[in-house]
Amino acid sequence: MSRRIQQGGRLIDRAQRESFAFNGRQMSGFAGDTLASALLANDQMMMGRSFKYHRPRGPVASGAEEPNALVGLSAGARFEPNQRTTTTEIYTGLTARSQNHWPSLDYDIGALNGFLSPFLPAGFYYKTFMHPRPLWKALFEPVIRHSAGLGKAPTEGDADRYEHFYFFADVMIVGGGIAGLQAALAAGRAGAKVLLIEQTAHWGGRAPVDGVMIGGKPADEWIAATLDTLNAMDNVTLRSRTMGAGVYDHGYALAYERCEDAVPQARGPRHRLWRVRAGQIITATGAIERPLSFPGNDVPGVMLASAVRDYLVNWAVAVGKRTVIVTNNDDAYRTAIALHDAGEAVPVIVDARPDAKGPLPERARALGIRIEQGCGLSGVKGGKRVTGAQICRQSGAGAVIEEVPCDAIAMSGGWSPVVHLWSHCGGKLTWDDAQAHFRPDPSRPPIGHDGAGFVIAAGSANGEMLAGACLQDGDAAGKAAIKALGLKAKGGAIAQAEAEGEHPMMPVWLMPADATPELKMKIFLDYQNDVKLSDVQLAAREGYESVEHTKRYTTLGMATDQGKLSNINGLAALSQALGADIPDVGTTTFRPPYTPISIGSIAGEARGPIFQPIRQTPMHAWHSENGADFEPVGQWRRPYCYLRDGETRADAVTREVRNTRQAVGLLDASTLGKLVVKGPDAGKLLDLVYTNMMSTLKPGNCRYGLMCNDNGFLIDDGVVARIDDQTFLCHTTTGGAERIHAHLEEWLQTEWWDMQAYVANLTEQYAQIAVVGPKARTVLEKLGGMDVGRDTLPFMGWAEGELAGIPARVYRISFSGELSFEVAVPASRGQEFWNKCLAAGAEFGIMPYGTEALHVLRAEKGFIMIGDETDGTVIPQDLGLNWAISKKKDDFIGKRAQQRSHMTDPNRWKLVGLETLDGTPLEDGAYAIAEGTNANGQRKTQGRVTSTYYSPTLDRGIAMGLVLNGPDRMGEVLEFTRTDRPPQHARIVDAVFYDKEGEKQNV
Amino acid sequence: MARRRYSVFALAREALRYHAGWERAWNSPAPKSRYDVIIIGAGGHGLATAYYLGKNFGITNVAVLEKGWLGGGNTGRNTTIIRSNYLQDPSAAIYEKARSLYETMSQDLNMNVMFSPRGVIMLAQTEHEVRGYQRTAHANSLQGVQTEFISPARVKQLVPIMNIDGPRYPVLGGLWQERGGTARHDAVAWGYARACSGMGMDIIQQCEVTGIRREGGKVTGVTTTRGDIGCSKLGIVVAGHSGVMAEKAGFRLPIESLALQALVSEPIKPCMDVVVMANTVHGYMSQSDKGEMVIGGGTDGFNNYTQRGSFHHIEETLRALVETFPVISRLKMLRQWGGIVDMTGDRSPIISKTPLGGCFVNCGWGTGGFKAIPGSGWAMAELIAKGEPGPLAAEFGLNRFAEGRFIDESVAAGVAH
Repeated sequence: MSRRIQQGGRLIDRAQRESFAFNGRQMSGFAGDTLASALLANDQMMMGRSFKYHRPRGPVASGAEEPNALVGLSAGARFEPNQRTTTTEIYTGLTARSQNHWPSLDYDIGALNGFLSPFLPAGFYYKTFMHPRPLWKALFEPVIRHSAGLGKAPTEGDADRYEHFYFFADVMIVGGGIAGLQAALAAGRAGAKVLLIEQTAHWGGRAPVDGVMIGGKPADEWIAATLDTLNAMDNVTLRSRTMGAGVYDHGYALAYERCEDAVPQARGPRHRLWRVRAGQIITATGAIERPLSFPGNDVPGVMLASAVRDYLVNWAVAVGKRTVIVTNNDDAYRTAIALHDAGEAVPVIVDARPDAKGPLPERARALGIRIEQGCGLSGVKGGKRVTGAQICRQSGAGAVIEEVPCDAIAMSGGWSPVVHLWSHCGGKLTWDDAQAHFRPDPSRPPIGHDGAGFVIAAGSANGEMLAGACLQDGDAAGKAAIKALGLKAKGGAIAQAEAEGEHPMMPVWLMPADATPELKMKIFLDYQNDVKLSDVQLAAREGYESVEHTKRYTTLGMATDQGKLSNINGLAALSQALGADIPDVGTTTFRPPYTPISIGSIAGEARGPIFQPIRQTPMHAWHSENGADFEPVGQWRRPYCYLRDGETRADAVTREVRNTRQAVGLLDASTLGKLVVKGPDAGKLLDLVYTNMMSTLKPGNCRYGLMCNDNGFLIDDGVVARIDDQTFLCHTTTGGAERIHAHLEEWLQTEWWDMQAYVANLTEQYAQIAVVGPKARTVLEKLGGMDVGRDTLPFMGWAEGELAGIPARVYRISFSGELSFEVAVPASRGQEFWNKCLAAGAEFGIMPYGTEALHVLRAEKGFIMIGDETDGTVIPQDLGLNWAISKKKDDFIGKRAQQRSHMTDPNRWKLVGLETLDGTPLEDGAYAIAEGTNANGQRKTQGRVTSTYYSPTLDRGIAMGLVLNGPDRMGEVLEFTRTDRPPQHARIVDAVFYDKEGEKQNV
Repeated sequence: MARRRYSVFALAREALRYHAGWERAWNSPAPKSRYDVIIIGAGGHGLATAYYLGKNFGITNVAVLEKGWLGGGNTGRNTTIIRSNYLQDPSAAIYEKARSLYETMSQDLNMNVMFSPRGVIMLAQTEHEVRGYQRTAHANSLQGVQTEFISPARVKQLVPIMNIDGPRYPVLGGLWQERGGTARHDAVAWGYARACSGMGMDIIQQCEVTGIRREGGKVTGVTTTRGDIGCSKLGIVVAGHSGVMAEKAGFRLPIESLALQALVSEPIKPCMDVVVMANTVHGYMSQSDKGEMVIGGGTDGFNNYTQRGSFHHIEETLRALVETFPVISRLKMLRQWGGIVDMTGDRSPIISKTPLGGCFVNCGWGTGGFKAIPGSGWAMAELIAKGEPGPLAAEFGLNRFAEGRFIDESVAAGVAH
């Protein structure tokens, strides 16, 4: 059984009890416990079920690499699936539930899969479930989906919040073990701005667990003193519980701080995502122990030797009463010795090496621990918990020599440096034969903008496995970073670390070496995804020879631990199967994040109403208070209509249109883009970006202009007003302001950089209010202050002055066909002007109108709308706008494109009006059907509806559309599609439905 | 050459002997000195081209050359969405052909590619988008593509975890293609490779084409890291590096190469049965059979060839998706990656003859190539076999850029494929 022992536990505070619940059972632990250590202290070894065969799973590791012991934490709006118990700190009130089983952890129907496992090898689903075809969707896939997945999906939104944090560092050091601390010392002393982060709540890494002495004292003392030194440096920032998640181009890095996970009731964000820009990044991320590949290596109670040691030293938890050690290296002897020192039984150390003669084995021998050399395990007794280990010769086929009763097995297959962050941005690896692992190749680091490396690996992450070398390497990394930054390294002694030396390990990728096929089907490589050695061999046999193929075919390394434990063992199994060397087979790609990070933390603060900025005009509040039914238009909200009591949207639109035609309407047009173009070459620039001639426009006048892209397609339109000789004010569509501004800047900065013309976006500087309708002039005259008479301010003119005491620029333009003034006032006075218009217009029946009425009014007049009549494939000529295309200019953007054969084809779809025979509106987006089908069997078409509305003015449906040779086919009746109904008939008519002579707008 | 069939019976038989009897899914031969047709690129499109050359035209003296490992480009990096609810006729035709071929692909290839017709919704979140998708629905009705514009309530019914009343962009409806879905991307490449190998074709991995040999304006073969190989016809099907390969053939392509970002969450039990695409906020998501939420983002704002993940788009995408699916906030991102996509000026593909005689190109699928694989292969095989495009490929020629005859899909508000 696993249990708490009386002595020790460097990370727990025995004075502070914490009570928590696991699967509804109340348990208790100490402050400083992880959920895994606390569960083990309560003899809860089994913590979950595996993915595919639903096999019993206990923790195999003690940190971030844990693949098995995943639970669902908390409930409701704080429920989180797939949390590693090994990295979850406990607190009173924590609730956890095991996953992937039914009805219970102990008795799981899904475990039947295990009995079927001979029939379910890697990729079995590619070879079956094909017949009969309908059953895949109806039966096979649902069954597979339900048995796959791990934790349950949350069912509620997230009650917590998250934040992003921005940090600039000269040197970012990831990993607070002794190498990272020493690197921070070196960099900090030189005056660099240093950020040192550590993923756990504790500093120092493995050194204290391994009993390392630094400067003649226990490692913990050196760590405490070093932290004091670093904390005293203003230029050094330290953060624990903060993981280096990813390294990206140019020294950009992500760090993931878990602020509230340990203290959930505290205020503040749950996670904080650090977005770091670092000059140099030092990865002192340590190393991870590898499991050994022996039959039964997945039974709960089989653990990494380092994890057994961690639980004992850090949390005073003995994972078994009798622990068998199985290893191919000296390091695991530390676990045996630690257990022995704590009074725990170690019946035998099984060492695959023929002779174990290093200082550590010798010490173990001296302590009287039995050592079996040249041996391995060929089996593990027990199902839900280890009950015995079967010893065999490592060199044989697995004949059992002896069965040793035990309830825990500590295994060590050697260590692999954590090279993830080194590799994220292109750092390359080199194979270290002696230690049988990949380590960073210092000659091929990730390259920054200047062609030089910007990541340095340090300590055991760099393949330095002994404490003394780690300190030296950390110091060297710190100094190398300083040098790369052009700073001067300062002296400072490096403490000497003492630890026992180690004799060479012996790579063991298969235990026993000649294991039978039957045994190979019991050797697990990926514990979570249930990938076995036999699966990798099957993949190789079937030609999935690339490591990426093997990974994808078997799912090796695709579990939530992303292969931290399984990758190298799997790789070795693959290269053995292929008869190739491991470095020739290569690794799969390391991708961010290092361990999974919450999606909430990536989304950050921007949720709900602040998900994206909402842009508001100066009159926005008034609209809200007066019945506005808003629609999103880009990042703006614009009133679609203003609802009055009892009105439907359609009622409101009808009322607004009629009132504007008959009396006077008020439109908030502030969202229209307002770009000022200024400079001696302003006219020249505009002549190139508009199809029209703008340089000839006289100050005081306005001109409607069209803009095309370099493919000739119409992208925006609007009224240009010439303010003075060198200044133009260009109106764009609401959605176009930023896009067109960028368009102009791109041309100015990349092509016409010699032009003296400058563009500024003044959209938000002005409130723009359209006063529209037969009574519009009367309203403005009542406001008083400037002459808005027909002669002083003619159609397509503008004037500057004052209205109602407010400075105003008045444009005599119309997008409705009515007498209309668009008045721009300073944004700060927009509401005031709006109010004054309402007051002055009250006696004439003034009413605000929204975007839908705006659309109807313009459609009745046959005015085009960018985004309705255009869709990125329409040229001005299609819309009958040839009059707005200057023939005098040598060039404008789109001119050449419009000369291409398809653009000049006489048989194009062109703009017309459409009138249904029955008077009801056509459907949005309906197509005009033509005779027959094309070569692909599709029904031919001859046009489509671009805008369709009910016209209150004409009391019938009106539409605009693009029709093949439309203008030449006036009066023809076409068939238009309708949803789930027979086609609708409409007649081709002139697109101007109202006031064809334009008398009303020019009064 | 014929492969042993995959079936539940074969599986049971092998179970009795530790699966020792399975043969290679595809052969790995050394290149011959000459083939009738060489396809450069053993991704989905290249392999499908080879497959239909054999199946539809009986041309089996074919080699598919691959620089790395087959299916290792965008075929193995995409978010596996299959749909054909395109607006323009040529697009709808080829994507619908592809979708219909996906329906029977498992049976055709005798490999379960797990085509899952679970349905695809494209959300409308502005009035403009509503009109755009209504237009697409009308177009689809004439193109023989089954789609419908559905109400917010129906969207909610199909995707209960969706927040349709978000404060920022409430869901106003959606374009629903019930017969769209997903498939297992790797299996598509493997299945085609196995079938090609079964027809006697050579799939040659780790064989980089370093040059294209020409004589008198016609292609005569390729030079590779495994020697010179002759051919009468050459198909270039190398998404992500099309411009590079075209340069070797002596012509230029109107293509930009950009990194497209994607990610997956940790696996959870089924919580979303359909594929959802939200173009206004820019994110799309589905749940794989393994349980991961598979999430697609946008392309990086600069041209490059590194298949790395970058962070800025991921942030934007997840922000949008947390807004749309609040329950995913407490899930965790497991892995992110990038793939290099070819972008043409109109975001539609190129299946075309080239200035070099006997050399044909298939590229420019942008962010939406996976769904097209079988249709693309079908059309490309016809082009190579006949030397002239059939109806599926006819509109996708290179000449359309010179003529201004674009096939622009972004018009339907659908920026993402």
